[in-house]
Amino acid sequence: MSNVTTEKLTFECETGNYHTFCPISCVAWLYQKIEDSFFLVIGTKTCGYFLQNALGVMIFAEPRYAMAELEEGDISAQLNDYLELKRLCLQIKRDRNPSVIFWIGTCTTEIIKMDLEGIAPKLEIEIGIPIVVARANGLDYAFTQGEDTVLASLTQRTNIKNNLNTNIENSFHKPLVLFGSLPESVVNQLTSELHKQNVSVYGWLPAKRYSELPIIEEGFFVCGVNPFLTRTATTLMRKKKCTLINSPFPIGPDGTRAWIEKICFSLGIKPFGLEERERKAWSNLETYLSQIKGKSIFFMGDNLLEICLARFLIRCGMIVYEIGIPYMDKRYQAAELNLLEKTCLEMNVMFPKIVEKPDNYNQIDRIHDLCPDLVITGMANANPLEARGINTKWSVEFTFSQIHGFVNASTILELILKPLTRKFMPESIKTNQYNTTQKS
Amino acid sequence: MYNLNYSKLKKNFLFMKLAYWMYSGPAHIGTLRIASSFKKVHAIMHAPLGDDYYNVMRSMLERRRDFTPVTASVVDRHVLAQGSKEKVINNIIRKDIEEKPDLVILTPTCTSSILQEDLQNFVNRASLETKADVLLADVNHYRVNEMQSADRTLEQIVIFYINKNKKQNTINREKTTYPSVNIIGSFNLSFHNQHNIAELKRLFKDLNITINLIIPENASITDLKLLPKAWFNIVPYKEIGLLTAVFLEKEFDMPYIDITPMGIVETSRFIKKIEKILRIKNFEVNFDNYIEKQTRFISQSAWFSRSIDCQNLIGKKAVVFGDATHAVAITKILVREMGVNVLWAGTYCKYNQIWFRKELENICNEILITEDYNLVAKYITKSEPAAIFGTQMERHIGKRLNIPCGVISAPVHIQNFPLSYRPFFGYEGANQIADLIYNSFTLGMEDHLLEIFGGHDTKEINTINNFNNSLSWTPEAEEELARIPRFVRDKIRRNTENFAKQKNITTITLEIMYEAKELVTKK
Repeated sequence: MSNVTTEKLTFECETGNYHTFCPISCVAWLYQKIEDSFFLVIGTKTCGYFLQNALGVMIFAEPRYAMAELEEGDISAQLNDYLELKRLCLQIKRDRNPSVIFWIGTCTTEIIKMDLEGIAPKLEIEIGIPIVVARANGLDYAFTQGEDTVLASLTQRTNIKNNLNTNIENSFHKPLVLFGSLPESVVNQLTSELHKQNVSVYGWLPAKRYSELPIIEEGFFVCGVNPFLTRTATTLMRKKKCTLINSPFPIGPDGTRAWIEKICFSLGIKPFGLEERERKAWSNLETYLSQIKGKSIFFMGDNLLEICLARFLIRCGMIVYEIGIPYMDKRYQAAELNLLEKTCLEMNVMFPKIVEKPDNYNQIDRIHDLCPDLVITGMANANPLEARGINTKWSVEFTFSQIHGFVNASTILELILKPLTRKFMPESIKTNQYNTTQKS
Repeated sequence: MYNLNYSKLKKNFLFMKLAYWMYSGPAHIGTLRIASSFKKVHAIMHAPLGDDYYNVMRSMLERRRDFTPVTASVVDRHVLAQGSKEKVINNIIRKDIEEKPDLVILTPTCTSSILQEDLQNFVNRASLETKADVLLADVNHYRVNEMQSADRTLEQIVIFYINKNKKQNTINREKTTYPSVNIIGSFNLSFHNQHNIAELKRLFKDLNITINLIIPENASITDLKLLPKAWFNIVPYKEIGLLTAVFLEKEFDMPYIDITPMGIVETSRFIKKIEKILRIKNFEVNFDNYIEKQTRFISQSAWFSRSIDCQNLIGKKAVVFGDATHAVAITKILVREMGVNVLWAGTYCKYNQIWFRKELENICNEILITEDYNLVAKYITKSEPAAIFGTQMERHIGKRLNIPCGVISAPVHIQNFPLSYRPFFGYEGANQIADLIYNSFTLGMEDHLLEIFGGHDTKEINTINNFNNSLSWTPEAEEELARIPRFVRDKIRRNTENFAKQKNITTITLEIMYEAKELVTKK
């Protein structure tokens, strides 16, 4: 089976009946990333309950986010959205004094057509704090795409004067801005990888603080670090007239190398020592590789990292049956898809089926037929699949772990290996199936 | 077509609230909890992508082995523009074929309910083509919360099947030969429910009462027609099941008991009430001996109340917060069974507040009815109790203030779905609660030793001077302060500083400390 090759990648689209997180979950990592921000989610109890439950313990650490909870009230019609939002934002200003307030629009604000983009500029002047509006709602987006909507809105703010030292003249190439929210240590790792190639990173979107946002001007080069940043890329190209470097994403040693190479070529720099760098990274992974080689994997799809993870794991010697993905932007992910194709050919494995907007019910049927060694899935399906004797890994962990660059490739494999290597469990309890209903 | 009436809708949304955390969830969660508790009932949510996190909660918190029988009929941009059209109907029919459920419940969410689609029409049309019955959950998302909606949904399902069976003449009205009971209100994701039900089963076995039906957990809707066979109903949780019990009383003249058998006193009151009901039905029983034996010899908690250990708890200060059922029961246990001084008890179940106040009016001085955790935190800070009994939120507040907390009510984390047997109901429940309470307070002897020897932490106190900066402490006074057990240190510091301020003293010496202490003790 493993040496079957088809000619092209196949794309399917199912019903969209799949489980994923609501895109407003992006506030969980973005408020931590942008240290002087405050996120105001304008929605209902449903949104609030989701955040509270999905983010678990973080909620108790006095987070810099809150819900503007819309309620039915018998209040006179003299009040309006503007005044209500003003009242809440003044309260936030008083209590937290952030440098920026993000308004996260939800399904409800979409349906009642609350004019957040219209209100924000007026209110901004009145209260003296920038307000960035992002529509991260479940009507249009899935999970990580929430970050995309926030960064796309933030892009519009990148012409604000700030106190960043500009070193455009000092570098040999046109300024390069990288986009995508990553933990500071990963930012430093990737920046220094590029620095070794004489590529200087002019700025990151987002930066650690709102006040440190880079100014982005026409003619800049931009490059994404995550596969779900379609809108941000589009906004940078259309509104800011930047040149997008379309590259695979820096996930796994293969992806990281391809990413750096593509950036170097685009900036007219000749990369050096990358082959050696990649080889070293792979050799560091050897102990893991021997354990996962030949194992099969199934992505149910919920966070858009699926293509690049699958590509990396195929390179590691795994067999990928299916790549479920919420949304497939073939243009933004073009280089990544090419690398996936190339990897399949080189590893001599069949092309995995890419299923956009998957249907979880059908997928579970296919999982029963294929019996993969591992299923990457959301938390709603993980325990029931385990009870049926199928190894699972929560997809969310890939979103919240450090997985970018040469250094962090091992993290991905550790996550993958965890369910595959329950060495100490006696066969008698390991292999029993624990489901309580019979599937007819 | 869905642009209609936005102005009217908007009027209703004008009350915005800044919220960080909530005690009870949105209405549809209640409906889903009921639906997924029944066997072979499938819920279809009319909701945007990502609103199906109930599946995550059920799968993670309860560690369910089966797929949660809840799917979404996704409301996306397309639906927003053109309406659901056949989508909902097709989804219902599809689930009917795939899962062969007995009942499909269409559940609106906050989002979908403002779309004002005629969901009832979808239900009617779908039910023409399905083997399963199809119902639309009748809950107003902006008026009721999780618990109220659960209560309502259970009633709705019971009424539907009673009426259906009435039409088909399949209702079983004949009572069982020997006393039997229905337990109403056991359902998914409730606090220690599984263990409570096991404990109730044990109790009824002891009393020679058979259990006719437990609803909704693990019940089949085809069994609902058997409900009238039982002699009476019990509703152990105040929040869920009352509507159903009231309906059954009206419809079949079935008496019900809504006493929560939590704690020794309430459990015996619960049993006596059963006795009374059975006697009215001309079944002579006397449970006095049983209660006596359980209380004195089988259960340990009555003896514990009498023991010298518990003496150390007398007069200790505690506060209680939780859902109405648990907060009331725990407060009663603390005050009546252990002699603890409950400074105030509170609940977030606003709609139960009349009952709540009535139950506790002679038991504790102050009642707190709020859904705002900040207010609860303020009250706790102000009253400085020796222990808190509350939800996970109070546990975190306690952590911050260095006050121990026993978790007695939802909302809870995964650690409140224990693997081991931990009922709160009945005689074993009373044991568990006694342990929980006792372990939450600093143990008696330890407490004394700490007071005498100034605590076992010899670490320097780190002076987090968020107190009063205008005051300085002499080294001797600082040292004395360090000797005071950590959990009362802040309080002593505050009292001393307040005392000093009143006297216009800027340097706190040993003498001032003792003077302040004397004054406080005198009070």
